[in-house]
Amino acid sequence: MRVLNKKAISRRSFLKTGTVTALGLTIMGPMVIGKNNAWAATFKTLGADDAATLIQMARDCYPHDFLADKYYAKVIEGIEAQAGKDKAFKSMVSKELKKINSSAKKHYKVNYKDINRELERTDILKKNSKSPLFKKVQGDLVVGLYNNQEVWPKFGYEGESASKGGYMNRGFNDIDWL
Amino acid sequence: MAKFSKNDDSLVVIIGSGAGGGTLGMELAMKGIKTVILEAGGRHGPQDFVNDEWGSFGQISWLDKRTTSGDWRVSRDFSGLPAWIVKAVGGSTLHWAGASLRFQDHEWKARTTYGDVKGASLLDWPIDGKEMAPWYAKAEDHMGTTGTNGIPRLPGNNNYKVLAAGAKKMGYKKFHTGNMSINSQPRDGRGACQQIGFCFQGCKSGAKWSSGYVSIPKGEATGKLECRSNSQVLKIEHDKNGKVNGVVYADKDGKVHKQKARVVCVAGNSIESPRLLLNSESSMFKNGLANSSGQVGRNYMRHMTASTYAIFEKPVYMYRGTTMAGIIQDEAINDTRRGFVGGYELETLSLGLPFMAAFLDPGQWGREFAASMEGYDRMAGLWIVGEDMPQSNNRVTLHKKIKDQHGMPVPNVNFSDHENDIKMRNHAWKQSIALYESVGANKTIKTPPYPSTHNLGTNRMSAKASDGVVNKYGQTWDVKNLFVSDGSQFTTGAAENPTLTIVALAMRQAEYIAKQMSSKAI
Repeated sequence: MRVLNKKAISRRSFLKTGTVTALGLTIMGPMVIGKNNAWAATFKTLGADDAATLIQMARDCYPHDFLADKYYAKVIEGIEAQAGKDKAFKSMVSKELKKINSSAKKHYKVNYKDINRELERTDILKKNSKSPLFKKVQGDLVVGLYNNQEVWPKFGYEGESASKGGYMNRGFNDIDWL
Repeated sequence: MAKFSKNDDSLVVIIGSGAGGGTLGMELAMKGIKTVILEAGGRHGPQDFVNDEWGSFGQISWLDKRTTSGDWRVSRDFSGLPAWIVKAVGGSTLHWAGASLRFQDHEWKARTTYGDVKGASLLDWPIDGKEMAPWYAKAEDHMGTTGTNGIPRLPGNNNYKVLAAGAKKMGYKKFHTGNMSINSQPRDGRGACQQIGFCFQGCKSGAKWSSGYVSIPKGEATGKLECRSNSQVLKIEHDKNGKVNGVVYADKDGKVHKQKARVVCVAGNSIESPRLLLNSESSMFKNGLANSSGQVGRNYMRHMTASTYAIFEKPVYMYRGTTMAGIIQDEAINDTRRGFVGGYELETLSLGLPFMAAFLDPGQWGREFAASMEGYDRMAGLWIVGEDMPQSNNRVTLHKKIKDQHGMPVPNVNFSDHENDIKMRNHAWKQSIALYESVGANKTIKTPPYPSTHNLGTNRMSAKASDGVVNKYGQTWDVKNLFVSDGSQFTTGAAENPTLTIVALAMRQAEYIAKQMSSKAI
């Protein structure tokens, strides 16, 4: 059976990651940066703090421990772009984040993203699941995260196959464990 | 390729180019009848189909605004997308998986067989299996259906092998790789299936039959068929005697044209066809065209559907190869000891990772859902398709306020399950979960119905004019030169995927229309 190695880094995505890192070094210089600061350059409208909260929310919606933050951040970039164009949307985002944080403080004494346990964070999300912001994040993510071709190999999905001649000679019927 | 004048009043005008309209256009043209197909969408083919679920969805789906109501979960999860169908030349035969099954004899006589089911508006079809047999044979030959005409069945993929191993354990007897209109060997100028997957995204190799790139080009080659794409019909017009004489349509720039016609055939799928008839109301036809019975838009059926996905210890890669790779037919019987009337088929199905995320359990999030997604490569899956009960209030109506880009009221699709549908679905889930567990599934997921692909019944065929919209040839009871040529003429849905029956009915209708025209009856 042609079994895929889900942990392998394809050359293409390796090169991409390499480029991003190289670029980051050029811009940032060789200083040690915290997780939040890393988002400051990308999320100019939302700000590093709100962006980090949204990225945590994204991960809690679809928690895959083998996926780096950048895959979740990619989807939040859509919210950043919309907030940059639409004032009403931007104020909805900050209003709803305040609500979620105050709910987190009430139940767990700290802001949402600073709650350490996933179960407790998802408890806050469940309490706020009707929030238009939560719905937006969840809806964007379920499409955006799983439609990112860079994550497909990690789930064992091969994507486009016509250009490779389909699976006629590439394991469409090679199951060997039944 | 023909190009007809908009003032030519000798034409048959067909609205829609899918299984019904595309086939009818080909057949009429081959009989020498000048025909124009008006198709709302653009023209695509194997050369520009993409192996990309969301990309293809944007390329070929019918995405114009629609609204929903009723208790079905689609109305909650995908409120603007009641149906997952296509707006392009070839209609939903671009998206279909290829399953080509004949109705069983008893299914033509649902009212007689099932009796008076409370809350259901069951009728017998005015035709039967014997009458349809030669038309089925003609359709299977045209479409190149495997398991017929000496065409070998397709090889089974991994997803099928899991299904078949489970079927054996369950004691099922009638399972195989299906009767599929996908070439298992080169035929009719098209190559054999390369097991690409992505059958729903338009077949890149052209091995799968579609009216869009198989039937319509055959019709065009006669010089008698014009297929005018990006032409969305808004209204059917009639003369003072109540005969239809033309249609009004918008082109891709929204510019409105009128095409004259001798005969009009409506084949826009079960949402658009009744929408168009209802929108064609006039002082003579106050409730909509061909609607003296009040049945236009009613009895909307979508098949009792659902999916079961099962996660195993080891990989399956169910997406490799044909999307619908095999079938179990043992449950497609009428055995009321199971607690419901009618039956269902179990057919393998796979979705790519992007669509699995959207459809596995819509709206779900969190660790449990993520864990299921992490089992994607170890999943096997099947689709349940069974006969649903027609109900008078499951219906397509015109929205009172919301209009589309052409100013035409959008359709609302109201649907609620019948008790019989729910009992059948639960039985099918129970059986399919037992099947997958018998071959070692560690986790099973009951996936709710997707937006409808089998849209049926909204202009139904009846023996009496008061019970339905069309007679046994799909000719409307009220207007003799107006026909319905798609799945909306289905009296009941049976358990089988509808495309083969739509094609067979269109072939039969073509012969009837040709005779009626030559005898000057229409």
